[in-house]
Amino acid sequence: MELIYSLAVGIFCACGVWLVLRPRTFQVILGLALLSYATNLFIFAMGRLTLDRPPLIDPNVVPDPSLFDDPIPQALVLTAIVIGFATTALFLVMLIAARGFTGTDHVDGVEKGD
Amino acid sequence: MTLYLVLLLPFLGALGAGLFRANARNVEAWLAAAVAISCAILLGRLYPEMAAGEVLRVSVDWMPQYGLSFGLRLDGFAWMFAMMVTVIGALVVVYARYYMSPADPVPRFFSFLLAFMGSMLGVVLSGNLIQLVVFWELTSFTSFVLIAYWYHRADARAGARMALTVTAAGGTCLLAAVLMLGHIAGGYELDDVLAATQAIRAHEFYPWIVVLVLLGAFTKSAQFPFHFWLPRAMAAPTPVSAYLHSATMVKAGVFLLARMWPVLSGTDVWFAIVCSAGLASLLLGAYAATFQRDMKGVLAYSTISHLGLITLLLGMNSPLALVAAVFHMLNHATFKASLFMAAGIVDHETGTRDLQRLGGLYHAMPITATLAIVAAAAMAGVPLLNGFLSKEMFFAETIFAGEELWVRIALPAVATVAGMFSVAYSARFIRQVFFGKAPGELPREPHEPTRWMLLPSATLVLACLLVGTLPAITVGPVLELATRSILVDGRMPKYSLAVWHGLNTPLMMSAAAFIGGIAIHLFLTRQGHPVGVLTPLFRRFDGKRAFAVTRVTLVRAATTLARIMSSTRLQTQLALIVFFIIALAAVATTGHLGIDVSTHLATIDPAFALLWLVGGACAIGAALQAKFHRLAALIMVGCAGLVTSLTFAWFSAPDLALTQVSVEAVTTVLLLLGLRWMPKRLPMDLPNRDTTRARARRLRDATLAIVAGLGMAVLAYAVLTQPAGPSIRDFIVENALPRGGGQNIVNVILVDFRGFDTFGEITVLGIVALTIYKLLRRFRPAPEVMTTSSEKRDPSRELPDPRDPVPRGALLVPAILGRLLLPMAGVVSVFFLLRGHNAPGGGFVGGLVMATGFIAQYLVNGTLWVESRMRIHPQYWIGGGLLCAAGAGALAWFASKPFLSAIVWEPKLPLIGKLHLSSVLLFDLGVYFLVVGTTTLMLIALAHQSLRSHRRPAEHDAMTSVRMVR
Repeated sequence: MELIYSLAVGIFCACGVWLVLRPRTFQVILGLALLSYATNLFIFAMGRLTLDRPPLIDPNVVPDPSLFDDPIPQALVLTAIVIGFATTALFLVMLIAARGFTGTDHVDGVEKGD
Repeated sequence: MTLYLVLLLPFLGALGAGLFRANARNVEAWLAAAVAISCAILLGRLYPEMAAGEVLRVSVDWMPQYGLSFGLRLDGFAWMFAMMVTVIGALVVVYARYYMSPADPVPRFFSFLLAFMGSMLGVVLSGNLIQLVVFWELTSFTSFVLIAYWYHRADARAGARMALTVTAAGGTCLLAAVLMLGHIAGGYELDDVLAATQAIRAHEFYPWIVVLVLLGAFTKSAQFPFHFWLPRAMAAPTPVSAYLHSATMVKAGVFLLARMWPVLSGTDVWFAIVCSAGLASLLLGAYAATFQRDMKGVLAYSTISHLGLITLLLGMNSPLALVAAVFHMLNHATFKASLFMAAGIVDHETGTRDLQRLGGLYHAMPITATLAIVAAAAMAGVPLLNGFLSKEMFFAETIFAGEELWVRIALPAVATVAGMFSVAYSARFIRQVFFGKAPGELPREPHEPTRWMLLPSATLVLACLLVGTLPAITVGPVLELATRSILVDGRMPKYSLAVWHGLNTPLMMSAAAFIGGIAIHLFLTRQGHPVGVLTPLFRRFDGKRAFAVTRVTLVRAATTLARIMSSTRLQTQLALIVFFIIALAAVATTGHLGIDVSTHLATIDPAFALLWLVGGACAIGAALQAKFHRLAALIMVGCAGLVTSLTFAWFSAPDLALTQVSVEAVTTVLLLLGLRWMPKRLPMDLPNRDTTRARARRLRDATLAIVAGLGMAVLAYAVLTQPAGPSIRDFIVENALPRGGGQNIVNVILVDFRGFDTFGEITVLGIVALTIYKLLRRFRPAPEVMTTSSEKRDPSRELPDPRDPVPRGALLVPAILGRLLLPMAGVVSVFFLLRGHNAPGGGFVGGLVMATGFIAQYLVNGTLWVESRMRIHPQYWIGGGLLCAAGAGALAWFASKPFLSAIVWEPKLPLIGKLHLSSVLLFDLGVYFLVVGTTTLMLIALAHQSLRSHRRPAEHDAMTSVRMVR
């Protein structure tokens, strides 16, 4: 499992970096989305991978920390997902506005070939 | 207390003055004059203490850990200067009231003028040298805004910029000097430094300190070779020149020299530098003043010359010269301020200051002429006026200054020559303006100005007369106490302030200066008075050009450096960032990663592998298709997001999975809305896609991407195959239920343990939404998107009719079903919100679900139809959400707990029984509201862009161009 998970993070990251380095704003925005998936998965991995042990407490049993998946990376990733959504939205609007002002969707605002 | 008040009043006045209406000239002038006069009165009442030789000190701690305090110190010299600053300030305010045109925005003027007065008082009253530098720079800044008061004029802007650059650079040098002084003296208090005179002179830093202090003083006082900014600063309104360039700003430099005189003077270094700079300024200023065309230009160069005289006196290392210097500071301030005022009156009444165009004004404005004549005579050093006295003292000093023979001959000779030019330019100033005949028509018919405009000038001229005739009674005591306070050891030199000292060498020099000056004037008049022709002699030392060359060189060097070291291209920047991140990570992790693949191969779940086969393929597909097939790429990214979400669910993170899914839905809608505004792109549109350069760049990016991906994979694998270390998770898990009161630990962390973080986060969300709203309000879509849009091509196409029960169009069935979705979405979202604390869910998920419900209405029914039936006011949701969350946090205060602590209330209700109510639910409700508001605001703002294309294009283009111009 760990191997596939790591490869998954790697593939997302590679695709994200590739797209972020592209000249068109839409490519960059998709790249950022992929990169944020990779990053979130990576942060989530800091709590290690556990199956069927969600961090939900049964009120009738005294909780044993080792019985749960680590909730801290989960909380951090949850925050990251929401903030990521906000930045994606902001970036999208910047992209549209820049396109309106400069007449191009090149990241530099000027057409320079590929 | 009085001292604080004196310093504070101008600044308070400046704040107050800024608040009035633009045309409130009278109120402004009253306020400013009241401030200046009150300060003068407050200071005047301290005269007995000053006369008794006391030094008043007050201080409060500023940064005690660095040994800094904010201290004010008033001795005789500071008192004299402060009086000069406030009294002349009051006169200038009165003058400015009548000088400024009703069209000028006076609040700005008086506000800056008062701020300048405060800064200047700060310089004068500072008991602490660091503090002095702060006020020093503040005068540079306030003079900058005053010089650039008419900022629509290019010369004003350029002059102000130059003045600021030169004086602020000098201020930086002064700061360095002060730091060294404080280092040697062991404290930054003026008294400490004065007490450490011996140590400072013996120290190896001494020459550096002298040079740096002098750089500060010379730049401020416009001394050669830094004099060039002063004539350019004449673009300021004349009241500003009258104040800054006669009595205050430029005097700060010589003030500092006098203040530091007991510490730094008396050495050969001091003598050599100060005297040569002073002498050069004295001579060149007087010489250049003779050839100016502008009345204010004459006065500016004359100021350089007179300040040179003061500097020269301060460089002579003799207490008697110091007395003369202090005396001349006072005298110069009075006659020069009144001359500036006269120049302003002439400008005001005739519309020009050009000496070539003016003439014969004596008949039109006899009072102005008389005042100007007396002041100019004082400037030239005519007996019975104050300028004569200090000039005599100066001449006397030049005779005894040096020890070598050539100095003893050269110095008086140069002084006399400078005196000649001084007489020459004063004579010309008066003759060309007030006598003779104007060569042509003046822009305005000249007449005497209002009495109030003459009053300040008249007051100053009266002072010139009184001091000139009765020096011992009028100025004697002030001069005495000022000089005594500078000379710390109290050894006052013997001098006599009489008008007549007998027939001695200085008098002969004066006589020579007069005869020579008149001769020069007559000679030049016969030559038709060349203007700016002889100044080429000056050009060899043209600081103005040196300044420009330096500036251009610096800017070019910086530009070149920036070009080499940086890129304006985002791609290059990002590539560099990625490269360095990879490099740093490689350096940090080399040798620390133990990778063992074999042990974990057995546990692979084929379903999970298949999931990620799809996920990986989607990601790679998106990467390849994002350029030419945006929709396909978007769908694939959405798929990748779903796979991510499933992975979260797989590995025991239901909350993350839920959030990811709902965010995914909303993001996809957002991007879909955005797609409409992208330009059309086909592979054949890009002819240079396959150049070698483009290939090389793609190869570089591919390499970077693969290396980055591999690195992440290796890193993730290394972490995953190692056991987890100790963390705070045990604490959180154990306390989530007993102290957080929730069974869903992730939610407890979000709303309780890390509630403040979440609070910040939702604030960011709200800000982002408002930013998007604002950006889209100003945004205009690209023109070709407008013209190619289907609505544009087909003008006959009907707009959706809001009155239809169901919107007409292709989506009839989804439209009906979509309407059912809203209440369901509402129920689901509230369900998620309420159960969030104990089971997967929470405010974020709930809010997103609700927002999706709203946006689905827009999608299937169309904006117009939806908005004719329900108005969502996202800004209220956002504001309400923030208030709700903050209120929940503030509730804890009532229980005397820190902000955002959970407050639990368990009331027993009839029928229902025990109820568990917690403030975190309120907090989560705030999150919910905010997320709903934010998401709908973003989506609606984007959706409304499509509506805009219905506007008429002409109106649209006009609006766009107006906005662009703005």
